[in-house]
Amino acid sequence: MIDLNTLTIKEARKKLDAKEFSAVDLASVYLAEIEKKNKELNAYLEVFDDVLEQAKVADEMIAKGESYPLLGIPLAIKDNILIQGRKVSAASKMLENYVASYDATVIVKLKKQGAIFLGRTNTDEFAMGGSTENSAYGVTKNPHDTSRVAGGSSGGSVVAVAANMALGALGSDTGGSVREPASFCGIVGMKPTYGRVSRYGLISMGSSLDCIGSIAKNTTDAKIIYDSIYGNDVLDSTSITESAYPKFSAKKIIGVPWDLVNGEGIDPKVKENFKQSIEKLENLGFEIKDISIKNLDISLAIYYIIMPAEASTNLARFDGVRYGLHKEGKNLLEDYMLTKGKGFGKEVRRRILLGTYVLSAGYYDAYYGKAQNIRSALREQFNKTFQDVDIVATPTSPIPAWKIGEKSDPLSMYLADIFTITANIVGVPAISVPSGFMEIEEKKLPLGIQFMAPHGAEEMLFEVSQKFEAMI
Amino acid sequence: MEIKDVENLANLARIELTEEEKKDLLSDMESILGYVKQIEEVKIEDAELDYKVHNVWREDEIIPRDFSRELITDQFPDAQDGFLKVKKIL
Repeated sequence: MIDLNTLTIKEARKKLDAKEFSAVDLASVYLAEIEKKNKELNAYLEVFDDVLEQAKVADEMIAKGESYPLLGIPLAIKDNILIQGRKVSAASKMLENYVASYDATVIVKLKKQGAIFLGRTNTDEFAMGGSTENSAYGVTKNPHDTSRVAGGSSGGSVVAVAANMALGALGSDTGGSVREPASFCGIVGMKPTYGRVSRYGLISMGSSLDCIGSIAKNTTDAKIIYDSIYGNDVLDSTSITESAYPKFSAKKIIGVPWDLVNGEGIDPKVKENFKQSIEKLENLGFEIKDISIKNLDISLAIYYIIMPAEASTNLARFDGVRYGLHKEGKNLLEDYMLTKGKGFGKEVRRRILLGTYVLSAGYYDAYYGKAQNIRSALREQFNKTFQDVDIVATPTSPIPAWKIGEKSDPLSMYLADIFTITANIVGVPAISVPSGFMEIEEKKLPLGIQFMAPHGAEEMLFEVSQKFEAMI
Repeated sequence: MEIKDVENLANLARIELTEEEKKDLLSDMESILGYVKQIEEVKIEDAELDYKVHNVWREDEIIPRDFSRELITDQFPDAQDGFLKVKKIL
C-alpha cells in the first residue's frame, strides 16, 4: 500500500530504487486518485493516455540500475509548457487543438531523468490571472474548501500536488503564479532567479518577468525539481550562467518591510500569522531587521504596465495564420479580427488593450518608459538591501483564497499580487512556504510566508525555507 | 478615455469587440489606468539606468534538431501541396 499523504519525491526515490514498489505501481495509484478527484477539482485539463507506458520505461531504467532524482516520479505539467506531440493550449480557445512540435528545455531535462508526465494542468488563460478563474476550461477548486479558488495562474499544477494527484509539478511565475496558489493550497512553490531556468518552450506572457518554477509538498522536493531543470541554455538568450552573480555569504539576518506589511488591504489574521512566523525565525537564531525599500509599494503599478506591454507584443503572434484557431472572414484583416475576437478570453483582451495603450505614441514615455526607470531603481534598491540582509520576508498573499466569483473587478484581483510581484520585477528568486492556517466559516485555509533572496542565491533560499519548515 | 479610444486600441490590436465588451473594457481600463497612474508621482533620482543587458552570441553552426515537418504542417489552418495557404494581401 502506498500512502500518498506522507509520500515525498525523496521517499519515493528510495522506495523505487529499493523496488518496494515499481514506477507502474506508483503511476497507477496516482491515476486512480486523479480519476476520483479531478472531476470536482478540475486540476488536469488532460490526463495523458500513455502514463503507464512511460512508467514501464522508467521501470526498465531502474531494472538496469539507473537512478536519477526524478526517475519514475509522476509529475504534472502546466498547460503552457511544450511537450512534443502533445496538446498544449495555455487554457485558451486560441490554442484548443494545438499540438507542440518540440520539447521545452525543462521537458528535455525531465525526460532524460525518466520522469513521468501525468497530464497537463489548468491555468488562467495564457497564465493571466491569480485564481485560475480566467481559464477557458473552468475554474480549478481549492481542495481545502471547494467553494474557493485554488489561486493562480498555476492553480491546476498546485492542486494536483496538494490533492495527491501528482508528486510534484511545474508551473510558471510571471508575478506570483507559482507562489500564490502554493500558499492558498498549503504547499511549496518556488520561482528561481530570472534566467536561471530556460524559458525555451514556455508560452510567453511577459518575457522579462516569466520564470518556470517548481511546485512540491515540501522544500526538499521543490529543490529536487529545481536542481533538475536549471542551467544555461543557448536556446534562451536571456538564460544566465552559473557565474552570472557573485556568490553570496550569509549573515543570518532577515529583513522585513514592515511599512508594506502594515499597509492597507492586508487581512489582520494574515498579519498575525506572519508575525508569529517572524518570531519563529527569531527563535531559529535569525536576526530580524526592519527594512524600508523605496518604491516597493509602487512595484504593483509598474508591473501592470510592463507585463501587459510585453504580453500584448507576445500575443500578437496568434493571428490564425500558421497555427491555432482560425476564423474565416472576407479578407485577411477580417480573419485576424475574428480569430482574435473569438480566440482570446476577457482578461487576455483586457491586457492586450492595456499593453497596446501604454506602448502607443504619446503615452509610451509616461507609462512604459517611466515604469522601466522605476524598475531599474528598484533593482538597485534591492541590491543595496541585500548588503544588509540575507532574506526579505513577507506574507505570500495579503489575503487567503477567496470565494469563486467573488472578485469580479480586475483591479481588486491584481492587488492580491502586492507581495509576489516584486521578485519578478527585480528578478530575484523567491519561495512560498506554508506558515499555518486561518479559520473562515469553519474551514481551515492555508497561509504562506514568502522569502526572497539575492540574485543567484537559490541555495540560501532553500536553506532558510527548510529551517522554517522544520519549525511549523 | 472614451469608447472611441477603446475602439481604436482594439483596431490596432486586431481584436473584434461587441458593443457590450467595449463598455466593459472602457470601465476596466479606466480603473486600472487610474491605479497605475500613481507612477507619475514617483521621483527617480540618481537611478543608475543600467539594464545590465548584453548581446548573447553563439557560433553560426548547423545543429541538427529533431523537428517533425508533419507536426508543424498539420497545424496549418489551410494548406495546399504542403504549403501554408493565406488570403491574398494585395
